Amino acid sequence: MLLIQCPYCGERPEVEFVYGGQAHIARPQQSSELSDQQWTDFLYRRDNTRGAHAERWRHTHGCGRFFNALRDTTTDHFLATYRLGETAPRAPAEPPG
Amino acid sequence: MGADVRRSFPGLTMQPFSGLSLLKQGLSGQRGWTAQWRHPEPRSAYDAIIIGGGGHGLGAAYYLASEHRLGSIAVLEKGWIGGGNTGRNTTIIRSNYLFDESAALYDHAVKLWEGLSQTLNYNVMFSQRGVLMLAHSVHDMQVSKRHVHANRAAGVDNEWLTAEEAQAFCPPLNIGDIRYPVLGAALQRRGGTARHDAVAWGYARAADALGVDIIENCAVTGIRRHADGSIAGVETTRGPISTRRVGVAAAGHSSVVMKMAGVQLPLESYPLQALVSEPVKPVFPCVVMSNTIHAYISQSDKGELVIGAGTDAYTSYTQRGGLHISSHALEAVCELFPMFRRLRMLRNWGGIVDVTPDRSPIIAKTPVPGLYVNCGWGTGGFKATPGAAHVFAWTIARDEPHPINAPFTLERFRDGKLIDEAAAAAVAH
Repeated sequence: MLLIQCPYCGERPEVEFVYGGQAHIARPQQSSELSDQQWTDFLYRRDNTRGAHAERWRHTHGCGRFFNALRDTTTDHFLATYRLGETAPRAPAEPPG
Repeated sequence: MGADVRRSFPGLTMQPFSGLSLLKQGLSGQRGWTAQWRHPEPRSAYDAIIIGGGGHGLGAAYYLASEHRLGSIAVLEKGWIGGGNTGRNTTIIRSNYLFDESAALYDHAVKLWEGLSQTLNYNVMFSQRGVLMLAHSVHDMQVSKRHVHANRAAGVDNEWLTAEEAQAFCPPLNIGDIRYPVLGAALQRRGGTARHDAVAWGYARAADALGVDIIENCAVTGIRRHADGSIAGVETTRGPISTRRVGVAAAGHSSVVMKMAGVQLPLESYPLQALVSEPVKPVFPCVVMSNTIHAYISQSDKGELVIGAGTDAYTSYTQRGGLHISSHALEAVCELFPMFRRLRMLRNWGGIVDVTPDRSPIIAKTPVPGLYVNCGWGTGGFKATPGAAHVFAWTIARDEPHPINAPFTLERFRDGKLIDEAAAAAVAH
């Protein structure tokens, strides 16, 4: 089980959290003006990064707040967690492969 | 022996398996067997390249060679044959999916499974022992019955059993004395299991006999394209190879491979775990799956209980997962089958599964001419291996989809023609 650093509560076990998918995807402001492909990309297209992945988590069984994390998907090691509204810390160079 | 095999494999180089050949080898101490497939150096060019040496990729190469008579074909595998999801799944085969498109695709596979050992001259140990899917709530019962009726209307066998009938079919099943009592079950009698490694080995051996080069320990590092965008070749850890056609069957790593050609997919990759117990005598007659309390279980011919757990909550490429995920599956198994409570588990592992938003696969052409993809099988790719490989080979050879995989396009997400099998996929994600 992962230990996750909630930016508000500190280190807690993974089961207290809910995963929220890729972070920093902004809902388009004028969705009616988008092409079908742009709307599809917003709904479904994901980076599915192998390496440092910026993602949302929610500390559901704790403070209940959303935050973002940078996690290496090849090791599951958390590189950083940060509050909503903050920009993602720079990821180290991508791992090989 | 061998008449059918020789017809299927003209210019046969492999040793056919038969009662007689087994007897002869048995009398000579099993020392006369040769390698099941060659280990050639990659050539500088092929007519088609398949990326991914699992069941889906090897099967596609086999059907390209046997049915479409495509010239030179190579399968590039970054690890070893059968080391990916083909060797990591829980070997369950069934076709009781809800929608007509899916039922046609998965039932195409079941029909091919039924003759696969003969086709490949390799015993894949396909066993139609029946797949029992349990219902634990009123909602489960409604959904299960809807599946039963939809399947029967689509010509796929599936039947509804009461709890008592389910227990009669699977005597170890505890239907009453648990938190979520079993209220009934859907049974697909044509469903069952197969030996997963044998599927990869059988396809590899048969494809090799038809001249397909199977190149292990060869990771693709880039996909080259002509100025007009079409496929020019691939870069690999064993040198560049030219080709006009590339079929990607890279399971959990499909996003990574397709990104090399500039194609982004609606996929997320998750670890899916499974585990096996110590081997015991035959005690378990069928496959049992419970969607609601989440466990699935069968017994291998070696005697191990093969247990499937869920996916982890987060995307990952680690081929492992949290222990609490497999513990959860074991708790459910112990509830349903109290006689297994004292069994010890031998091994657990994870495989990386690529999940689409509608839980249905993508077997299709891509915006890149000459590039084809078979991905998005999520938690249920093994059961479809022969069917998926068969229609994928058709798609690559003819540059158009087979009628069975025509609905499983990349564009369906844009066009709103989703094939929403979230309920039938059976693994909680």
